[in-house]
Amino acid sequence: MTTAMLAKTDSVASSDDRASPPAAAAIQAKPKRRANPLASTRVQSILLLAALLGAWEAAVRLFKVPQHLVPPVSDIVVALWRGLATGPLAKDGFWYHGGVTVTEILLGFLIGSGVGLAIGIVVSQMPKVEALLEPYVAALQSVPKVAVAPIIVVWLGFGIGSKVMIICLLTFFPVLVTSIAGFKAVDPDRIDLLRSLSATPWQIFRKAKFPSALPYIFAGLNMAAAFSVVGAVVGEFVGAQAGLGVLILQMEAQADTGGSFAVCVVLSVIGIVLSSLLRRIQRRVLHWMPADASQRTVNA
Amino acid sequence: MNTNHERAGTGAGARGRPDYIRIEGLSKHFGDGGEGVLALKDIDCSIEQGSFVTIVGPSGCGKSTLLRILAGLLDYGIGRVVLDGQPIQGTRRDVGVVFQSSILLPWRTILENVMLPAEVLGIPAKQARERAMQLLHMVRLDGFEHKLPRQLSGGMQQRASIARALLHDPKILLMDEPFGALDAMTRERMNLELQRIWMESGKTVVLITHSIPEAVFLGDRVFVMSPRPGTLERVLPIDLPRPRSMDVMSHPTFAAASLSIRERFSHAASFD
Repeated sequence: MTTAMLAKTDSVASSDDRASPPAAAAIQAKPKRRANPLASTRVQSILLLAALLGAWEAAVRLFKVPQHLVPPVSDIVVALWRGLATGPLAKDGFWYHGGVTVTEILLGFLIGSGVGLAIGIVVSQMPKVEALLEPYVAALQSVPKVAVAPIIVVWLGFGIGSKVMIICLLTFFPVLVTSIAGFKAVDPDRIDLLRSLSATPWQIFRKAKFPSALPYIFAGLNMAAAFSVVGAVVGEFVGAQAGLGVLILQMEAQADTGGSFAVCVVLSVIGIVLSSLLRRIQRRVLHWMPADASQRTVNA
Repeated sequence: MNTNHERAGTGAGARGRPDYIRIEGLSKHFGDGGEGVLALKDIDCSIEQGSFVTIVGPSGCGKSTLLRILAGLLDYGIGRVVLDGQPIQGTRRDVGVVFQSSILLPWRTILENVMLPAEVLGIPAKQARERAMQLLHMVRLDGFEHKLPRQLSGGMQQRASIARALLHDPKILLMDEPFGALDAMTRERMNLELQRIWMESGKTVVLITHSIPEAVFLGDRVFVMSPRPGTLERVLPIDLPRPRSMDVMSHPTFAAASLSIRERFSHAASFD
């Protein structure tokens, strides 16, 4: 417990902060880190990454692995550089295709999870409707949504719309399911408290139900964020005119595996930025939760 | 059950009408037909304005059901429950409820939690804030206004919930085993504090407990309930001067009252 608290210098608060306030923990931890940078977990994990990449480069060169199978790390870096050193409208550059993919991701994520949350809210205020829909939601949730990607491309064409729709489908369900679960898990005492004050249903929703369900909703949004990147790439694989998925297919057709890897790196960065943005919003909204507790809810 | 002659010695606050709260022939049945449970049977009693009534009984005697009916959170089947001259129909704003757990909303600071009733009832924020600060001072939580509930101990949280229940200045304070989850030491201190708060505020208080000492210590009168079905067995006036200190526990009146309630309980238990 104490070591965990020392490591967590930027945590909002720990569970037993009355015994030792987080500020005190931060003061204790900082000089320690300056004394020995190798002791920091962050430095250690960066070193680990460097070691792994170095081993990759060495192994590929040592065993003379063909470049179209596994390119050396240096090739990937060069491809990454070439792709990034392009104008925003260059049809072979990362910025153009990345822009298309990011647009799809953002639109799909916002619309899909927004609709999922809205329906989740409406449905969970009506227990009868919820009971009616529950088996269908459960059944639809287990359908692999990417399987319908080709159909959606047929319906909506090769433009951005079909990709947005696929992402909507992928992000809609996790948010719907977690928000329904969140509203179901609201402590009935909190509702009784508001009722004892003669609160209106809207007041009960706004002051007790919705904030209580937020940790669950954020768990769904985190899932949805990860799915939205998958959805964009799958949709672009199936059929598209632009986007990083298209770029991967083009590069593979030219046996440019280094280029494909570079695009994968870009996709990973997009995913990481998206999820860390979301986590930052979550930390701000759920500031009242102990840092480890909110993390636990999200992982559940 | 006339209340006047049962009135406790030197009670605090302004005393008013003897049947401020009047319960007549109240029965409450849960579930359908013969399979259901009769939670309350033929409850008849009156509670005097400004008095402190404690209801004590073993689990399952329907004491929480009775409190939820008084709070307007639960419909009642048979009988009449009149509060300040009006039959109870749903929740009302002249009642404050303190629940078994503090039910502080974890995302609100203590001050925001105490001000919750103001937001719901439409009391102007400035006025509510002033009152909230006074109440927090009364429950001795000065300096904790901007803390989150989880940064407070259980006893402090429960004190905050008492302040919250008093924010809209209800005439009646209903308390459902408010100190049940606290350790014995904290509980005794909370009993003293509650007595002080009651004497300062002059509210009519109905407190439910399963602790006999707590019931005798706090109550002007103790309502003794017995289970299956929940009935009001007995009303016991506690004729001890106020303010009572913990020393009162060694007073012969205290011991006699506790003993007589305990006998009731063991009597009831022998039927199990």
